[in-house]
Amino acid sequence: MTVDQISPQQSAFSRKGAEGKDPRAPVEPGRAMADESAVPIRVPLRYRNRHVEFFYRLVTERPMGAFGALICIILLLTGLFASVIAPEGYNAIAPLDRLKPPSAEHWLGTDHLGRDVFARIVHGAQLSVIVAFAATTLSIVISVVIGLVSGYLGGRTDMTTQRLVDGWMCFPDLIILIVAVSVIGPGTWQVILILGLLFGISGSRIVRGAVLSTKENIYVHAAKSMGASTLWILWRHILPNVMPPIIVLFTTRLAAVILAESGLSFLGLGIPPPAPSWGGMLSLDGRSYMFVAPWLAIMPGVALAIAVFGINMFGDALRDLLDPRMRGGTGRYMARVNRKPMP
Amino acid sequence: MLAEPLAQIPESEVRPDTLLRVNNLRTCFRQDGKTVTAVDGVSFDVRKGETLAIVGESGSGKSVTAMSILRLIPSPPGEITDGEILFDGRDVLAMNDEEIRQLRGGDIAMIFQEPMTSMNPVLTVGRQLSEPMVTHGKGDRKSLKARCVELLRQVRIPDPESRLQAYPHQLSGGMRQRVMIAMGLACDPRLIIADEPTTALDVTVQAQILELLKDLTRRNNASMILITHDLGVVARYAERINVMYAGRVVEQGTAREIFKSPRHPYTLGLMASIPRLDQPKGGRLIPITGQPPDLANLPKGCPFHPRCPYAKDQCRQDRPPLTQVSGDHWKACWVDVTEVQPHV
Repeated sequence: MTVDQISPQQSAFSRKGAEGKDPRAPVEPGRAMADESAVPIRVPLRYRNRHVEFFYRLVTERPMGAFGALICIILLLTGLFASVIAPEGYNAIAPLDRLKPPSAEHWLGTDHLGRDVFARIVHGAQLSVIVAFAATTLSIVISVVIGLVSGYLGGRTDMTTQRLVDGWMCFPDLIILIVAVSVIGPGTWQVILILGLLFGISGSRIVRGAVLSTKENIYVHAAKSMGASTLWILWRHILPNVMPPIIVLFTTRLAAVILAESGLSFLGLGIPPPAPSWGGMLSLDGRSYMFVAPWLAIMPGVALAIAVFGINMFGDALRDLLDPRMRGGTGRYMARVNRKPMP
Repeated sequence: MLAEPLAQIPESEVRPDTLLRVNNLRTCFRQDGKTVTAVDGVSFDVRKGETLAIVGESGSGKSVTAMSILRLIPSPPGEITDGEILFDGRDVLAMNDEEIRQLRGGDIAMIFQEPMTSMNPVLTVGRQLSEPMVTHGKGDRKSLKARCVELLRQVRIPDPESRLQAYPHQLSGGMRQRVMIAMGLACDPRLIIADEPTTALDVTVQAQILELLKDLTRRNNASMILITHDLGVVARYAERINVMYAGRVVEQGTAREIFKSPRHPYTLGLMASIPRLDQPKGGRLIPITGQPPDLANLPKGCPFHPRCPYAKDQCRQDRPPLTQVSGDHWKACWVDVTEVQPHV
């Protein structure tokens, strides 16, 4: 039976009745079977470079996300070039200039030791960026590994892992933090390690949940039936499809880590003074001189709020843009189709 | 139930051109202490270059049989508890993980029933299409791309070069199924298992897809197991037929033989329930009364007897074995439907 013996109902309706008479003849491009409208697509990419394309979409489709990205970039640059922006450093004490309100000389005023608040916030950005990214990355890696293995393998592995996670989550965070800090001592790397572990294990639940629903998709079974190994399926099929929740997890955790680090510093369990942690500035100096010098509390608070807001906005936009299902008619491929009507 | 005779093809029936031989396959699912035998003593052969259709209602064990062949039954709760699957003389059930991985997609390809969801939404067509070749270590980047274009051309997708960059949601159902077929063909399999390849597609596209499958298997000299509940499809595309009911083969034979003289009341019922071109318009279709049985709670004797117009006392007591009607034609029924009149 070959293609030229087309069933009656098919030949009655198809535009090209005896299409493809010889099945061995190569079908020339553009000659579609009846169900597709044959549009030969030969339009160049709107932007050759996919990164430029992505940036274009970020700005046009998610302006708020672009704004968030701008904040993130400023935060990163500030952290990176802190000693260039504020060369006097975060600990230049000037007792004569203590508790000065914002002025041309001290843009954001000075604290009770006469240190420039602007300089401290700039250096604090560096600290926040380091802690936030390191701890969040660590936590996401932990979450993804636990979530993927536990969710995909299921069965006994899942059962054991999840009971361990349950056990871990039974302890109040604060108790774990206090115990951990008293064992390994306060300091930047200690905070990163503890926060990463703490958020990583609780976050694995979210990844596992996403994996559980993703692994039932037919494309996962199809990949398995094509002989794909477990690692390959996890890497190629499961992970990309659970990326949206992971990105959201990353951005919310980034913000949460900044806040948690502030909280720890507030309790004296975080990064010890005189390091200019925003949280430490807010609680130590800010609280004591709140009525005399309100800028001491307001300025780091505003910096925290802006940073968290920017990260969240950018995260939301990223999630939307990276999900091809939400690309609608504006994806790379459709852009080419829609761009130019064919003659 | 175990004491009853099991359907088994005698050794004398094994032909030299047999590609796949399934012998007395039994697949169970255990849940909450209950055991459901989804496939119960199924035996059949697939010969080189032929198309075997497996026909039956939903829940008759068609898909489970297909999944069992590739050992894709999720375990737990599923388990192949008995039987033998020989692919080209090699025992599939005894293979280690690496061997079975090579078999899947390499020698045996499977095409799933839902084209809308059987592609990964975040990977482009090109990446997914090259996947079976990558996992089976065939070719480098450049030759893969050329091969992908060739495959898409084979399944008659227009402008294949640019489709490689499309995402699945940018393709229609028919096109996605073509891409799935192309994926199946990627490593030149010797057996293609098409599990209801045309559900969720409209009728004209169905015909195209089936023609394409048939044509491509023929050209590549591959065999095909076509799982369907559409007898019209079977009549047109299959050389031999397995009719399944409640996890068992109830009738087996060449398509010609079974359409000309069906010998099992269930097959007769299926034939009567589809519209025919050679009968006057407006005639009523005759449905099979009742419901398919609950596999966890099968009736004693022949599982079909509660719905069978020919049922006699023996049917309620003993399970009928698969017996030879003629040459290549087998049935599992105590009644000779050519002699007995149905009592309605």
